[in-house]
Amino acid sequence: MTAVTRGSAGAVELAPPAGGAGRDARRPRGPRRRWLAWGYVAPAMALYAVLVLGPFGLSVQYSFFDWNGIGTAVWVGLENYVEVFADPSRLNALLNAFKLIFFYSVLSVALGLLAATLTRSLESRWSRAAQTILFLPQVVPLVGAGIAWSWLYATDGAVNQALRAVGLGALARPWLADFTWALPAIGLVGTWVLIGFCTMLFSAGMSKIDPALYDAASVDGAGAVRTFFAVTLPGLRNEVAVAVTVTLISALKSFDVVYVMTLGGPGRATMVPGVDVYQLTFNQARVGAGSAMGVVLMVLVLLVVIPIQRVVRGRS
Amino acid sequence: MSVRRIGKAEKWSGRVILTGLVAFTLLPFAGMLSAALQEPGSAPTGMSFSFPLHLENFVTAFQVARLPELMWSSVLLVVMVVPASLVLSLLAAYGLEVLRVPGRAIALGVLLLGLTIPFEGLIWPLYYMMRNWGLHNTQIAIALPLIALYLPFGVLWMRAHFQGVPKELDEAAALDGAGSWRALRLIHAPLAKPALSTLTVLFSLWTWNQFIIALVMMDDPLKRTVAGALGAFQGEHGTDIVLLSAGALLIMAPTIVVFLLFQKQFVAALLQGSVKG
Repeated sequence: MTAVTRGSAGAVELAPPAGGAGRDARRPRGPRRRWLAWGYVAPAMALYAVLVLGPFGLSVQYSFFDWNGIGTAVWVGLENYVEVFADPSRLNALLNAFKLIFFYSVLSVALGLLAATLTRSLESRWSRAAQTILFLPQVVPLVGAGIAWSWLYATDGAVNQALRAVGLGALARPWLADFTWALPAIGLVGTWVLIGFCTMLFSAGMSKIDPALYDAASVDGAGAVRTFFAVTLPGLRNEVAVAVTVTLISALKSFDVVYVMTLGGPGRATMVPGVDVYQLTFNQARVGAGSAMGVVLMVLVLLVVIPIQRVVRGRS
Repeated sequence: MSVRRIGKAEKWSGRVILTGLVAFTLLPFAGMLSAALQEPGSAPTGMSFSFPLHLENFVTAFQVARLPELMWSSVLLVVMVVPASLVLSLLAAYGLEVLRVPGRAIALGVLLLGLTIPFEGLIWPLYYMMRNWGLHNTQIAIALPLIALYLPFGVLWMRAHFQGVPKELDEAAALDGAGSWRALRLIHAPLAKPALSTLTVLFSLWTWNQFIIALVMMDDPLKRTVAGALGAFQGEHGTDIVLLSAGALLIMAPTIVVFLLFQKQFVAALLQGSVKG
């Protein structure tokens, strides 16, 4: 506030004699002034254009070529895109991304809702400490999470140890080397990363719901389940939309965890688009095919995000 | 009021669920700690804590991982990336939202698009570019793309802040004859401090934990980010679970300590970041 008063004190002497015309000239809203304001915007947009839009354009361009990254590129039209959908092993990466959505989005949001609802009434030191701990996975690098979970899933790891301890030793296996179980095992890491985030997001949202609504529900004799669907869920509309968007994007874009834990293996059982792009371009020298996969991934993310954003914006 | 009416059963189920979630969250850390304290060079078993606890593993890991060098490189990257992204975001959002430059709708649309572009799709052209510019294997090759990639979020974040600033403030400044630069410096920048500090937390954390760009742009793991160094450490010592666990815990420790010190800011920043972003 002091800044404002100091500014006006200096200007008072100037303003009155200038009159109407002078004031107009000084207004920053004139067309010339507004063009000059691009001086503020230009540095950011220039950097963004050179280092994001440019490379993205190049990526789209490469996607129509067969290129090993060094030699001459050969125009192949849509062939790389056809491969993404027609080659089962390529398509598999896309399907895996969708399977991960169950763990990243469905499980985390559902369990987050449950946990936030059940802990709504808890107000203690312990519950606050607990909420801090639940946020830890959001802060540690995903690579670290991958390393830690790989060890839990290892042949001598804690998961198998626990199974043997309860007499289910027959089920023990090296989880990440198992064609059936490797993908769910990775998916669970996604749940682990996101569940605390969802819980906290919903808890914060619930604290904004008018308590009178809960009182009214209990006066009406509504049980916990009915209260949840009549009061909590409608009140959390926006938070749920946000959580679904964030978790869907992390499912589709997953890279770090898969790279560290399995690199897409065994075989291609846990291959996801992000890792496939990396492998194709950097290890198989198929820049065109990798770029096409990258473009498809982006379009997928857009297709998922836009409708959800529409719903959120339309309602709020 | 409603709180008082909630039944005992519900309260207990809440406590049980919360405890279960906390246990689930801590499980991987406990697993690593257990492995890190077992006999050096041995093949550790699951979750077991038995004496003697081999604390010396952490000393070995500290030396093998070359922790000080590695941390320094990450700090350097944060210093290169975060202030630059903040300034560029603030300026651009000011021009777009407060000064309302012509063509702002197009600029905003283009920025929105940037939020959905996956890093993986840009990494090859960026790698190629940095190599052509002779920057490959320098930290600038990590920093420059990161600054650019943070801009869409940063600009849209600061724009959301400016949308909440009363228009009268700016009109008053304009009538006073304050130029746009003075208005920014004296009025808008001080008001933007909370929004900027949230952005600082997010950008620092993202840089610290950035993996793929560090992996591709820098061959020397000690000059990467913390996440990139962790990946390399696993690549090198993946078979020595004891050393790997001790090293990974050490490499992650500073993050965890900083988080615990500033937990309020972190939680608020991450929650807000998701809602507005």
